[in-house]
Amino acid sequence: MTAAPATALEVGAVVAERDVHITRDSLVRYAGASGDFNPIHYRDDVAASVGLPGVLAHGMLTMGIAVQPVAEWLGDSGWVAGYGVRFTRPVVVDPEQGATVGIVAKVATVDEDGRPKRIDLTVTAAGQTVLGKAQVTVVFR
Amino acid sequence: MVSVNPELVGRTFPPAQPYLVGREKVREFSRAVFATNPVHHDPDAARAAGYDDVVAPPTFAVVVQEATLAQLLNEPDAGIDFSRVVHGEQSFTYDRPIVAGDELTATLTVTSVKTLGGNAMVTAQSTMNDAEGEHVVTATSTLVVRGDDA
Repeated sequence: MTAAPATALEVGAVVAERDVHITRDSLVRYAGASGDFNPIHYRDDVAASVGLPGVLAHGMLTMGIAVQPVAEWLGDSGWVAGYGVRFTRPVVVDPEQGATVGIVAKVATVDEDGRPKRIDLTVTAAGQTVLGKAQVTVVFR
Repeated sequence: MVSVNPELVGRTFPPAQPYLVGREKVREFSRAVFATNPVHHDPDAARAAGYDDVVAPPTFAVVVQEATLAQLLNEPDAGIDFSRVVHGEQSFTYDRPIVAGDELTATLTVTSVKTLGGNAMVTAQSTMNDAEGEHVVTATSTLVVRGDDA
């Protein structure tokens, strides 16, 4: 059990922080798992033909990865009851180098006991924010 | 300018075929989004945490939602050119987590059509109920349909 929810937290406190490295393999795996086989997520020629700077991560993959640090921080003591993002910039995944998604999760609002109600994510790749208004609503059990 | 049909607003589509959430699908999806908590992979761990079976990660509902978005994109009078569609926003609102064994029926309603700077923005929500008819999750997508010069 995580001790985190038992502790009152202040707005702005960082609850989780992580860099996740993804590769083309990650995109193929997500395509199969999700059923999203849009070729811009695995074919350089198709990505180039529609004017993209390279093969892109599925937005839903970035969204799915970005919430995991919060989910792990919650452990079995709570769950994610709401989650929303805006897809503001694509994550370009280099065929050799892959890409690194940086995630910082901070308390945005708390209940009367000081437990987080909403946690906001800052999600970056290549030095730029890739998700906007990334907000996670958590419920403790 | 793009010509998404503004009369789509308020339209509710017939419920999609029920989606039976499989244990291996939950595990596969969990691996794909780097979800490592044992509750996503191990039924015993999930039961110990109070669930009937392995628990789907928060974004899993998009897999169930997909069939309803296909209904929207294939609607003859919608005017949505799929080759110009970009995913703009996504959100999920849960009453409880999805677990393996759930049979979810998703129903899509178009809630908004806006035009902004030559692009159209279509927002649709898919409401997913379990076999008992209880609400589990609502997934809301905003699709940006790029205009000719965008």
